[in-house]
Amino acid sequence: MAEEMKVIYERPRSWANKVTHYCPGCTHGVAHRLVAELVDEMGLLDKTIAVWPVGCAVLGYEYFTFDSVEAAHGRAPAMATGIKVTNPDNFVFTYQGDGDLASIGMAEIVHAAARGWPITVIFINNGNYGMTGGQMAPTTLLGQKTTTSPLGRTPQTNGFPIRVAEMLAQLDGPAYIARVSLDSPVNIRKAKSAMRKAFNAQVRGIGFSMVECLSTCPTNWKLTPVESMERIRKEVMPYFPLGEFKVAQGVL
Amino acid sequence: MSDKVLMKGAEALAEGAIQAGCRFYFGYPITPQNETPEYMSRRLPEVGGRFVQAESEVASINMVYGAACAGVRVMTSSSSPGISLMQEGISYISGSNVPCVVMNAMRGGPGLGNIAPAQADYFQAVKGGGNGDYKRIVLAPSSIQEGVDLFVDAFELADKYRMVVMVIVDGLIGQMMEPVEFKTKVDVSTLKTPEWATVGRHGRDHANVITSLTLDAAGLEKWNLKLQAKYAQVERSESRIEEYQMDDADYAIIAYGTMARIAKTTVRVARAKGIKLGLLRPITVWPFPAKQLQAYAPKLKGALTVELAYRQLFEDVQLALCGKIPLGWFGRGGGVVPGPQEILAAFEEQFGKGR
Repeated sequence: MAEEMKVIYERPRSWANKVTHYCPGCTHGVAHRLVAELVDEMGLLDKTIAVWPVGCAVLGYEYFTFDSVEAAHGRAPAMATGIKVTNPDNFVFTYQGDGDLASIGMAEIVHAAARGWPITVIFINNGNYGMTGGQMAPTTLLGQKTTTSPLGRTPQTNGFPIRVAEMLAQLDGPAYIARVSLDSPVNIRKAKSAMRKAFNAQVRGIGFSMVECLSTCPTNWKLTPVESMERIRKEVMPYFPLGEFKVAQGVL
Repeated sequence: MSDKVLMKGAEALAEGAIQAGCRFYFGYPITPQNETPEYMSRRLPEVGGRFVQAESEVASINMVYGAACAGVRVMTSSSSPGISLMQEGISYISGSNVPCVVMNAMRGGPGLGNIAPAQADYFQAVKGGGNGDYKRIVLAPSSIQEGVDLFVDAFELADKYRMVVMVIVDGLIGQMMEPVEFKTKVDVSTLKTPEWATVGRHGRDHANVITSLTLDAAGLEKWNLKLQAKYAQVERSESRIEEYQMDDADYAIIAYGTMARIAKTTVRVARAKGIKLGLLRPITVWPFPAKQLQAYAPKLKGALTVELAYRQLFEDVQLALCGKIPLGWFGRGGGVVPGPQEILAAFEEQFGKGR
């Protein structure tokens, strides 16, 4: 039994040793894990300040070992701007859901992107307001039933879903904009690579970066975790295509 | 700068903030205070600071919140409708115990109102405005010089108590020009980054977290009690008042800011007529100088509250003096500013000839 033991997988240093409050099958945990791994791998722990949203990730600061602040609903990009401008060498990211970012916080995200200052946004698109119980979000698909669109979203009553990544990519400010999915191992690996580019866009001072993550909400979708992953592939991806929508020169 | 210079109020106050160590300003245009952000946009880069024009007052105050979390001296300014939009942020900043300074150049309301001088945001400033049980220290200068001096106190009080300090003026103070002297210059290199600031761990053995969220009711009550204890300490220690011609006064006018400045003339006019009138001018409207007012009650035959609003300041005067001496009130609204004679006429109508 003289076999040499080697650590092949461990908890990131950036990850606090805590059990999260997220529902089974929710991909917030995956997104959190990717953030923690990248902060470790890129040596950012000591200079990171996270700005947490109002929504399911409101307690995000409980789960990481770097500095954090908790923003008002939708205001994370403004708060991140205030933090970044005081210490431009620090690494500042916001973590926001679709109600937070694409509804109440639309002005803040658009202007943060337009200013183009190097802050990073991790945007969780799960098509509904998770924490408040599954109400319609700006990203809710047409026909999708939610607690405030009980017969399904219709354009006549509720308008159309907003493709945030494509919209922000029209601006000159952003250095990196991508949409990824957290539905499968292969897509999670791609998500990490996109997040790395987004982090790099900030670290290298190139500009604003955002990664939109297609995510599950099994509790409010009333699906099993596996069915939720399938729904992302079958229903969500056709409307919210994956890809890089803006890659400025120098982003690696 | 140590000699007197002639400056416009809104610019002098901005320079006063810079001399007080303010290096970060976030704001959005609104009349009658645009000269403040304009001045900041020119001056802050010269002193190594940063000016950011935000997309809205909502964003301004949340940028202030972010910078405040980093433990720097930071401010915003606006006027009434813009300050209304900031109430959410002011509540969050108060609930998270971080310091900042907010200046309100109050204008006529409600709604879009107008851009003329008013004091109708008194309740919003001293009683609440945003959600939850919180207080701000509210300083009410009545001249440009006093405003400049008070900015030093504003930032010191904000840091000392980790509170929002609001400086309330109006378009009259903002738009006029007066000679002003910058007596205190804070050396920002001597300001230490507070230990609670979210500036990255940089070797610190723990993460700093700034939040106004406490899900547990007992925990949030405990937090509220801590805030209340702090506010009680501020009430005991920080209330200020100016007493003008009060030594032999039979009657007092109670007024603050621009209104007090005009009321000083009323006092002089009344005294020329043989009426022993004085002025009690709250410099802090929160904490309200109730004790100082009460100390005068045994000597006074009555007091007239004068304000550019409808019975807002008067409510605090009533809380302090009701049942102790006869109280009168006079105010104009909508941006109308009464002159000294009009105030005297109101006094004589309510208190006779003051003899």
